[in-house]
Amino acid sequence: MQRHAPGLPAAVPITALRRPGELPPSFRSSGRFTYDGSFDGLLTVVLACWEQRLWPEAIQPEGAAQGGLFAETQHIETDEERARRVWDGLLRHMPGEARTSLYKTFLSERPDRELLIFRYVQLAIEAGGQDISENFGNDTVRLVADINKQLFREKHRMEAFVRFEKSHDGLFHATVEPDFDVLPLIAEHFTKRYADQRWLIFDRRRGYGLYYDLQRTDILSFDAASDAPRSGSAVSAAVLDEREPLFQTLWQTYFDHVNIPERRNLKLHRRHMPKRYWRFLTEKQPRERRFEPIQNKNNAA
Amino acid sequence: MNERIQEKLSILADAAKYDASCSSSGGKRKNDNGGLGNAEGMGICHSYTEDGRCVSLLKILLTNHCIFDCAYCVSRKSNDVKRAAFTVQEVVDLTMNFYRRNYIEGLFLSSGIFSSADYTMERLVRIAKKLRLEEKFNGYIHLKTIPGASEELIQEAGLYADRLSVNIELPSDDSLQKLAPEKNYAEILTPMSQIQLKVAENREERELFRKVPQFAPAGQTTQLVVGATPESDHQIIKLADGLYKGYGLKRVYYSGYVPVSGDQRLPQVVQPPLMREHRLYQSDWLMRFYGFDADEILDPAHPHLDLEIDPKLAWALRHREIFPVDVNTADYELILRIPGIGMKSAKRIVAARRFAPLTLDHLHKFGVVLRRARYFITCRGMALEKREYDEQTVRRKILYGDGQTRSALVKRQLDLFAPEPTIITAPDLVSPQLDLFRQAS
Ligand code: SF4
Repeated sequence: MQRHAPGLPAAVPITALRRPGELPPSFRSSGRFTYDGSFDGLLTVVLACWEQRLWPEAIQPEGAAQGGLFAETQHIETDEERARRVWDGLLRHMPGEARTSLYKTFLSERPDRELLIFRYVQLAIEAGGQDISENFGNDTVRLVADINKQLFREKHRMEAFVRFEKSHDGLFHATVEPDFDVLPLIAEHFTKRYADQRWLIFDRRRGYGLYYDLQRTDILSFDAASDAPRSGSAVSAAVLDEREPLFQTLWQTYFDHVNIPERRNLKLHRRHMPKRYWRFLTEKQPRERRFEPIQNKNNAA
Repeated sequence: MNERIQEKLSILADAAKYDASCSSSGGKRKNDNGGLGNAEGMGICHSYTEDGRCVSLLKILLTNHCIFDCAYCVSRKSNDVKRAAFTVQEVVDLTMNFYRRNYIEGLFLSSGIFSSADYTMERLVRIAKKLRLEEKFNGYIHLKTIPGASEELIQEAGLYADRLSVNIELPSDDSLQKLAPEKNYAEILTPMSQIQLKVAENREERELFRKVPQFAPAGQTTQLVVGATPESDHQIIKLADGLYKGYGLKRVYYSGYVPVSGDQRLPQVVQPPLMREHRLYQSDWLMRFYGFDADEILDPAHPHLDLEIDPKLAWALRHREIFPVDVNTADYELILRIPGIGMKSAKRIVAARRFAPLTLDHLHKFGVVLRRARYFITCRGMALEKREYDEQTVRRKILYGDGQTRSALVKRQLDLFAPEPTIITAPDLVSPQLDLFRQAS
């Protein structure tokens, strides 16, 4: 466990958030932006804001953007080269971990994620080299930390709740619908763990998947519903490995038998394993009959 | 064939389920042979039973045949139950196939004593060895050591397993003699110190020669059954404390005694003591992470945990002289001891106050439960309560607020650990069908 040495020197307080309507000195005015919704796109917008000295009032993916009545909205084209410059440059203002936490904030898909990221970067720059990532008294910093906790939990849940089915050609495939866009975060875990089998994890909501071919893990997009790999339940029995149904039944058998009826506590059960995940969990699928505790013969009987 | 394996799995999972240990953490096994699995990260609960316990490992017995007759165990020789035994290959197959589908982190294998301790232990070791060497399995393996197994076999087990455990089960030698006549404390503690020694030796060797194979890198654990015998909570946590300090155990598990053994030597309880079990886990947590000493949590004058309030609050109420504590200046260790402040909020407090003095609003946003903490803190020198209340008043205010009904917070907590009404209501319904008892070795 990490312990803080008592009596750490108190640091200089960071500039409080500015009052509404007041711009930081390096901005001449404010503006509204749209971009293509990619992370590189957002970084390009950040650079554009700095260059034009415009404080962003709104940064929104095209299509999702709701233009204010009078406001003029500027669309920024994604430029990987410029995005990289910003990404590298961030390290001059914050440690690597804080920079990663901004990427994760982006993956949260919150509607205010772009502004949150911009504001965090701005705070870090204004702090002039001081690490702000533990300044939890600041709302932006705390929000970013909380979002990161949520993302970590969702990533951890995916590592737990993915259920592979084996097809006749040896591919292990799974379908998921995570709350946040966490597939990029779980790739490493699955690649290390399942090094000797081909696997595919498909995010049905976002229409893309991770595919590991025994050499490397790639992101595969599926444009139309038609070439999406059919989801778990939709894969017809014919293409499954012949022993797949056996192991699914055995897993259900196991799940029912580790339960201790005298301790039944569905509240706790649902708290750990919320209902929205059940549809992809083999052990929560309906079965002909539940496996009852072993009816041990007893002398008395 | 398939039905046979399904039946075996039913019997041997059912017989193993009362072992509370399910953790798969503390492993350091990397997948560096291109095989299957990786146990280097934190443990993962892949599922949760309907009673809310974590399912992380395939937890089974190799067999529930047993030559011993421990009263608390469903597999005891005098109990007339269905018996079964897996073959080595069957366990290997199940483990590999469950792991490949991401159902589990690995295997937790235990067994009744079949024929002799060494005969049984040798088979457990053979399974682990086969998984590691033939199947290149890098997932988690937890082996239970069979009481009375030879030192050589335990040594070999440690080479393939991530974790070893020896279950003490009953919290005193007295109880053990009554309920498990073939066992005694000395026999249980000997393998424990053996394992402790090997783990320590191995760590030193590996510092010198990195190529030396690891020995049980995730250490050892044990389990204590609570509520079957008369030991007090103070005795139990003292024992746990001694095991952590004296034997370097990684975890002590507490298992609320589930009724329904037909054995005359045991009390006929109707509900497992889940709240007591929960309070014991909280105390254990206070010892391992909050810097509490066993004797601070309970003492001979207060031998039992308060079921209504958690042990940290109970401690704070007994020590009004230490409070109030100022959140802007107190050390981390002391802040951790304030009721209503957990590890996460304590860390945030000491980190954030370096930037600016904290206000009540900050505390609230950091997740501090002010309803509890308010009686124990000051913030920038200011108290939240104008008056100083005595122990009983604070206790009542926290439990009931200013009215007569329990506060929502307390109710929620009690709810979460109260078992739901089950089929067992009257004692005469207890024994026959549900005599599916407790765990092996
Ligand atoms: S606890 Fe172990 S030794 Fe005792 S009866 Fe059960 S299986 Fe046999």
